[in-house]
Amino acid sequence: MKLSDAEQAMLDGSHGRATQKAMELLVRYAEALGAQRFVETTNVAGVPGSATPFLQQHYAKSGGSYAAIFSHFDLDSDELLDVPQAVTHTCHLQSGYDPQNWKLLGAKPEAFELAQGSEQFIKDRGVEILKTCTPYLVGNVPRFGEHCAWMESSAVVYCNSVLGARTNTEGRESTSAAMLTGRIPDWGFHCDDYRHGSHLIEVDFPVESVMDWGMLGYFIGAAVGERIPVLRGRYAVPDLIRHKHFGAAAASSGGVEMYHLVGVTPEAATEEAAFGGGSPVQTIHYGVEQRRRVYQDLNSGASDSNVDFVMLGCPHAAIEQLREAARLLESKHISANCNLWIFTSRTVKAEAEREGIVRTIRAAGGAVLTDTCSAIGQAVPPGTKVVALDSAKQTHYLPAIMGIQAWFGTTSECIDAAITGRWRGELR
Amino acid sequence: MSGTVLTDRIITLTGRKVVGGVAEGEALVTRDTISGWGGVNPMTGVILETRHELRGQSFKDKILVFPGAKGSSGWSVVFHMSRLAGAAPRAMVFNEMTTKVALGAVVMRCPSVTDLDQDPLEVIDTGDWVRVDADAGTVQVRKRAAV
Repeated sequence: MKLSDAEQAMLDGSHGRATQKAMELLVRYAEALGAQRFVETTNVAGVPGSATPFLQQHYAKSGGSYAAIFSHFDLDSDELLDVPQAVTHTCHLQSGYDPQNWKLLGAKPEAFELAQGSEQFIKDRGVEILKTCTPYLVGNVPRFGEHCAWMESSAVVYCNSVLGARTNTEGRESTSAAMLTGRIPDWGFHCDDYRHGSHLIEVDFPVESVMDWGMLGYFIGAAVGERIPVLRGRYAVPDLIRHKHFGAAAASSGGVEMYHLVGVTPEAATEEAAFGGGSPVQTIHYGVEQRRRVYQDLNSGASDSNVDFVMLGCPHAAIEQLREAARLLESKHISANCNLWIFTSRTVKAEAEREGIVRTIRAAGGAVLTDTCSAIGQAVPPGTKVVALDSAKQTHYLPAIMGIQAWFGTTSECIDAAITGRWRGELR
Repeated sequence: MSGTVLTDRIITLTGRKVVGGVAEGEALVTRDTISGWGGVNPMTGVILETRHELRGQSFKDKILVFPGAKGSSGWSVVFHMSRLAGAAPRAMVFNEMTTKVALGAVVMRCPSVTDLDQDPLEVIDTGDWVRVDADAGTVQVRKRAAV
């Protein structure tokens, strides 16, 4: 590997042991990838220092402290280190507990206290506590071409595709090391050639609604796997909520980290630009029949039309989505047999409180929750058997994780299910 | 593995070191990519993913031979935890390089190789005895055959 003088100095220990260990980890990682050098990153999004009872117990010999967890787990160092300040802009993504509603989510007090302690530990090191899978909705909007080190597949695909910033799907250890060094391997999506499209998707069915964008994403992820789809055809220019649901779905059924919408996304002014002058390895059509099959696939795990749980906000709800939920719930009340949880970020919830939206949702019997979701927090109301979801991503994960049935449909159908306790959704 | 026996037939594949070290053991081979978070129980190494061909089987102490990683960015955390829990594979042999599998192999401290001169999914079967010398970039496969 070619290291700059500054990088060599970090590796030699001139910035302290923790920085040295972080650099050692990044060198091991870069060599594993086959990368030749690092890029400087000015935007890190990870989950530094997150403590769990398992990690605390495992590192009991080092005192089970937050520094022990950060040293041994985040930096994969056998030595206990003093953890310094972040040297580059770093935010904390989603975690497992809503600090205001952890009891509702069924968390144990010890686990919650541990999580609160790790939040303080990382806050003291200059990390922004965004606690959301949608940093781009709450002020962390990387500029075009900015080298980022982000975790969270739905945020990664948004960062690359919609913003034209550059990130691979990083992990906890690489983002924590980047936080202390401002470096990440120059590999994959940091390189121009890697960002060109591979598959052409002809969108024959007019895609407009949020649900339709989610289904299209779920179809494409399964069809292209880890490759880069280029879409053209019959779609209206999507807003950021549609991008959010499309990308999250494509990153769940497959491993899509970047997509191009011809004439819409910043690196796809033309189809030729999207493919970097090359030609597609395959052309795939999405029409009425493909749409019907995706819908069936997403709903294949459900048979009981009695719905006892509705979960919205995957990825975390934007303010417009909370407004829509409140509008649908105005002067209504959810069924006594059903719970409604809507997940968002702390920042968006604060705005929703100012607008009176949280009050409306609460008056209808629903809850607006932050920091986590049912899949990440592994939390559903006790006794839940059947959930209704408006997110293809959550439909992909939640039934498998929690062993429950899941219906997939529009936000409006989900709210209707919360009010009536019955699933009445259908493909329109 | 009843009714089968290890033969003297040895095949050597050559590739690139991902993480150094030497390990040997019984191969566990899959043609399905592997999800970390939500797809594996890190405490036991058991594959959980619905519709995965290895669902219910553990990679603990095996030589894991697979196409590559997919899914959540929590891949490295889950495989890292499997090392702490003593449920990690002894070595990994895979085809497709991604940031997920690279970081996971590093923090698992697991001898790993990729870019092999023959497709390991074609050459290696579950139950074969495999020796991975990641420093040399070689994979020696002692085939198992029916008796």
